[in-house]
Amino acid sequence: MAEPVLAVDNLATHFFTRDGVVKSVDGVSFTVAPGEVLGLVGESGSGKSVTGFSIMGLIDPPGRIVSGSIRLKGEELVGRTEAEMRAVRGRSLAMIFQDPMMTLNPVLRIDTQMMEAVHAHEKVSEKAARDRAVQALAQVGIPSPEERLSAYPHQFSGGMRQRVAIAIALIHRPALIIADEPTTALDVTIQSQILAEVQKLCAESGTALVWITHDLAVVAGLADRVAVMYAGRIVEQGLVDDVLDRPLHPYTHGLIGSVPGEAMPGKRLMQIPGSTPSLGRLPPGCAFEPRCSRAVETCRAGAPPLAQGSQGRAYRCINPVPAEEAA
Amino acid sequence: MLAFVIRRLAQAFFVVVAMVVLVFFGTYVIGDPVWMMVPGDATQEQVEEVRRTFGFDQPVYIQFLTFLGDVLRGEFGRSYVHGSSAIGLILDRMPATLELALAALILAIVIGIPLGLFAGLKPDHPVSRGIMAVSILGFSLPTFWVGLMLIMLFSVMLGWLPATGRGPVISILGIETSLFSLEGWRHLFLPALNLALLKISLVIRLTRSGAREASLQDYVKFARAKGLSPRRIIGVHILKNIMIPIVTVLGLEFGSLVAFSVVTETIFAWPGMGKLLLEAIQRLDRPLIVGYVMVVVLLFVTINLIVDILYSALDPRVRLTGSQS
Repeated sequence: MAEPVLAVDNLATHFFTRDGVVKSVDGVSFTVAPGEVLGLVGESGSGKSVTGFSIMGLIDPPGRIVSGSIRLKGEELVGRTEAEMRAVRGRSLAMIFQDPMMTLNPVLRIDTQMMEAVHAHEKVSEKAARDRAVQALAQVGIPSPEERLSAYPHQFSGGMRQRVAIAIALIHRPALIIADEPTTALDVTIQSQILAEVQKLCAESGTALVWITHDLAVVAGLADRVAVMYAGRIVEQGLVDDVLDRPLHPYTHGLIGSVPGEAMPGKRLMQIPGSTPSLGRLPPGCAFEPRCSRAVETCRAGAPPLAQGSQGRAYRCINPVPAEEAA
Repeated sequence: MLAFVIRRLAQAFFVVVAMVVLVFFGTYVIGDPVWMMVPGDATQEQVEEVRRTFGFDQPVYIQFLTFLGDVLRGEFGRSYVHGSSAIGLILDRMPATLELALAALILAIVIGIPLGLFAGLKPDHPVSRGIMAVSILGFSLPTFWVGLMLIMLFSVMLGWLPATGRGPVISILGIETSLFSLEGWRHLFLPALNLALLKISLVIRLTRSGAREASLQDYVKFARAKGLSPRRIIGVHILKNIMIPIVTVLGLEFGSLVAFSVVTETIFAWPGMGKLLLEAIQRLDRPLIVGYVMVVVLLFVTINLIVDILYSALDPRVRLTGSQS
């Protein structure tokens, strides 16, 4: 395997609130190869967005990266000063957010917002910056980009705004884009268009993607590899087909079972009982144990170690789902 | 845009008409101005004579129609006390008041916005807590008391600034102003600060809450993710968003700065309209009171219109249209 674009090792990001320490991300490790798409899947509150923001260096107090390392193209990002991080952000590392209605500044024109992104990292003329913005808009499929450039965000539809945000993220051809549920707020038809567009653009420019989502269908269609997060930890990861076809962790198994498309018509959907535990008060053993149908006595004793399989397959479970049940 | 302006002008017209009616009958019921004009030992004939000259012997509706006719011609009559045109007297004093109000507005902006931004972006910093505590004082201390304290501190004890009056004036484009000389500013500073104190507190609080709200927005996070400098994020992304409520409130407050500069003008013996109004009320000088109120109403209406237009320049989502569509 080539040297990874991104190597996250044992990352822990905690929030020090009045009610105690919230361990939003606790010992997360994964790598992303150049041009690869990693799907980061989990429920709300599983720590997937916090992982994304940690990589960007956008964790604000009371949150803090307490340990671990994040290496972008071999260079350590944890412990950098704000100014050093700023030089990376937007240039080799970009991010797309969930709600396109909120990510563009409502009182600034599109050209202002695109050209400032160019100027943030390159000293070029106004004209050159504008040309870059036009190109970027055309690239993401916005018709008559030159005219649209002088419009305000409210004159665009949600899908168009997300395209603008993607154009801004791609403007410096970053090595990695972190996409935090960028299609969740969009119509289903627009969703699939944007997915196809992003896939094509990343393939063209060799940009790797970390696609944060709770939608397994999106991951199945888009990602090369998938990492499933639960309560601040990655409980299972591997090639997307391996994991989805033969889940080993009971949580992954439950997630897949609750997707309507997989179920027999007329039969009840499988569901995971209970809800995500509070990150301030995690059980001492496996965090999923209270909800797990396969829990055994030893699950309560301590956090299960990471079991390694072939081709990067890894899972944290001492009583994994047997093959005949998973199918 | 044009339809909008026309609609607003029509609204303004009705406001002005309503004010004319209110002010006329308001001053009519206060008392008989004749007694203020004649000497104490005047005979009954002399009183009647004065009453006829000013038309006070007519029934109230005739007086009102006469008054309305004068107003339509832009004439509010002669001041009973000064004997010269009321509107002329007011316009004569207006530059001094506008100058004071403008200086107060500038102080409110240059002091209020930076302090408010600091308090909003670093809410837990001890300096921020200090700013907020002082702004509560600014809200609650009475203007006349603060004015006297300012005079005591800066004029009496330290002797840095003059306590009363207006500095030398220079005529620029036909308007007399003291804004262009150091001596003028030395006279202007204390009354302007006194008048501005409440507005500074207001701007601090508006800016702070705006900045706190804006800094949590996704567009700020996205701007950071683009690698923009904090200066650009605060100076452009945040500031332009929070300027919308600040401009609105300050625009409206400018009218009240002009209208309620009365207290400050009295304490600092500032020769403006407010001082003129106070004297006019004491002497029941009806033309002067009416003229003053009309000028202030027109000022408010104009300012509101300007604020609405500015608003659309700041917020592209606001479109000024004549209809609701």
